[in-house]
Amino acid sequence: MSVLVFTENWDGKFKKLSFELVSYARGVADMLNTSVIALQIGAMDEAELIKLGNFGASRIISIDRPELKNLDNQAWAEVIATVARKENAKVIILSGNNTGKALAPRLSVKLKAGVGAGVSRLPLETEPFTVYKRAFSGNALAKTLIRTEVKILTLLQNSYGLSETENKAVMERVDIQTDVGAIKTEVLDVHKQPGKVLLTDADIVVSGGRGMKSPDNWGPLVELASLLGGATACSRPVSDEGWRPHEEHTGQTGKIISPNLYIAVGISGATQHLAGVSSSKYIVAINTDKDAPIFEAAQYGIVGDALKVLPKLVEAVKEIKK
Amino acid sequence: MKILVCISNVPDTTTKVRFTEGNKSLDTAGIQWVINPWDELSLTRALELKENPSTGVKSVTVAHVGTTASEATIRKALAIGADEAIRVNAEPADAWYTAFQLAEVIRKEQFDLIMCGIESSDYNGSLVGGMIAEFLGVPNLSAVSSLNIENGKPVMVREIDGGKETVSLTVPCLAVVQKGIAKEPRIASMRGIMTARTKQIKIYEPVPAEPLTEIVVFEKPAPRAACRFIDPENPAELIRLLQNEAKVI
Repeated sequence: MSVLVFTENWDGKFKKLSFELVSYARGVADMLNTSVIALQIGAMDEAELIKLGNFGASRIISIDRPELKNLDNQAWAEVIATVARKENAKVIILSGNNTGKALAPRLSVKLKAGVGAGVSRLPLETEPFTVYKRAFSGNALAKTLIRTEVKILTLLQNSYGLSETENKAVMERVDIQTDVGAIKTEVLDVHKQPGKVLLTDADIVVSGGRGMKSPDNWGPLVELASLLGGATACSRPVSDEGWRPHEEHTGQTGKIISPNLYIAVGISGATQHLAGVSSSKYIVAINTDKDAPIFEAAQYGIVGDALKVLPKLVEAVKEIKK
Repeated sequence: MKILVCISNVPDTTTKVRFTEGNKSLDTAGIQWVINPWDELSLTRALELKENPSTGVKSVTVAHVGTTASEATIRKALAIGADEAIRVNAEPADAWYTAFQLAEVIRKEQFDLIMCGIESSDYNGSLVGGMIAEFLGVPNLSAVSSLNIENGKPVMVREIDGGKETVSLTVPCLAVVQKGIAKEPRIASMRGIMTARTKQIKIYEPVPAEPLTEIVVFEKPAPRAACRFIDPENPAELIRLLQNEAKVI
């Protein structure tokens, strides 16, 4: 028996979310008195792989095959399922990010394993296997029973945190002998913006709404995010108007994020917006309307004009960074 | 080319969610039901593709797993412009059950391109689309924000961490779509509403299947502490609190 965790490879490196996933898998494995096996697909050197041991992986399986160079949901799910069967995995853990969302449903069908999608804490109990999952876009938690022998969990990014352990992991580079079949997807083009803090990875997010008044006013907001080492985001009307790219839209139909700090600037805080940000650890609201619903979700608030407050905040942050 | 758009009906996104029967089920009193927002965008894109002769798209069908209670949502999809609709007459017990039923219908009806929203705004599983693809053994992409048909082949853009990938797929295939796939959801015209009345809704009875998960009870998230207001003339105080009290910067 084991807990299998799928850790993603970004150009040969792990990200914080991989370590968070392994930390979470360690927590689940402790509940089941078993060990954590981590799996990654793609080229990665030993120094990087071994880092997973610090978060509780006992064994690390690394698979590098030319046909798995790009994410092909069918082929990757087949490889993960093969490892899961071979290692007698009782629980399989993936991220709740786009990759996890692409692979978890296929694994569920392959292994006839029930999925707890969007968990943010450890299972309530393992007999019967019960988890809390996100429901009604953050307006509720659903206590959910997973009835199958094998379970799959997807973890909301930034919701669990890291826990380091003294642990020495064993490494295995294996060539899983499985036929992944003909690859039916072909990647024609890749566009990446290097060096940018990703909204879903960011610990701090500064987000603007209609209160920013014009796409030309974003300068101080971007500066504030950059000074804090955070990412920028926006509300739906802002992305619908084309003031900011839709990738920045946070809310029910956009990105769902749980940063440590979410600064909402000129955002009123409609239910749909809060659905995407309500699991942030701290919310700061800056809005001219003191009755705006965003202040009900916020721990700290400033009633004032975003365009006047932002430059002062930028100055204040510069002051502490000196 | 035949397109199938899978639709879910969900409470209007402004609904204040309440539960009933000891918090075991959603209190549906007063709820306005709508097409799941991502499914609505997906339907809009499917119709745009059909209107462009170069794509070779001949028809757009919608499919839904639900009881007669959700017929109004299906009629709305027909009014927006879907050519026909399929309803599997069952409560969608969980993602696995729902995907199983839809896959069964797709096997019988045969479609070249299947489109599903990335999640439903009620149970937020992000599972049904990928499960259908696996049941059918067809390729799929997740987080698709753009979809075109070039020389009979679907070409999609998917969002990856830190960027985008343009990917071409063989048919039949499935797209799990997210925001960006269409600019704004299409609204039914008066003429659309009239013609929807005469369009066919095919009813399929469900095939036997057991759900793999069960919701035991719903809980509301813990309420947050009251907001602490800071003088707008002194934002430095906010930075001080974030640094020393919240310890997040």
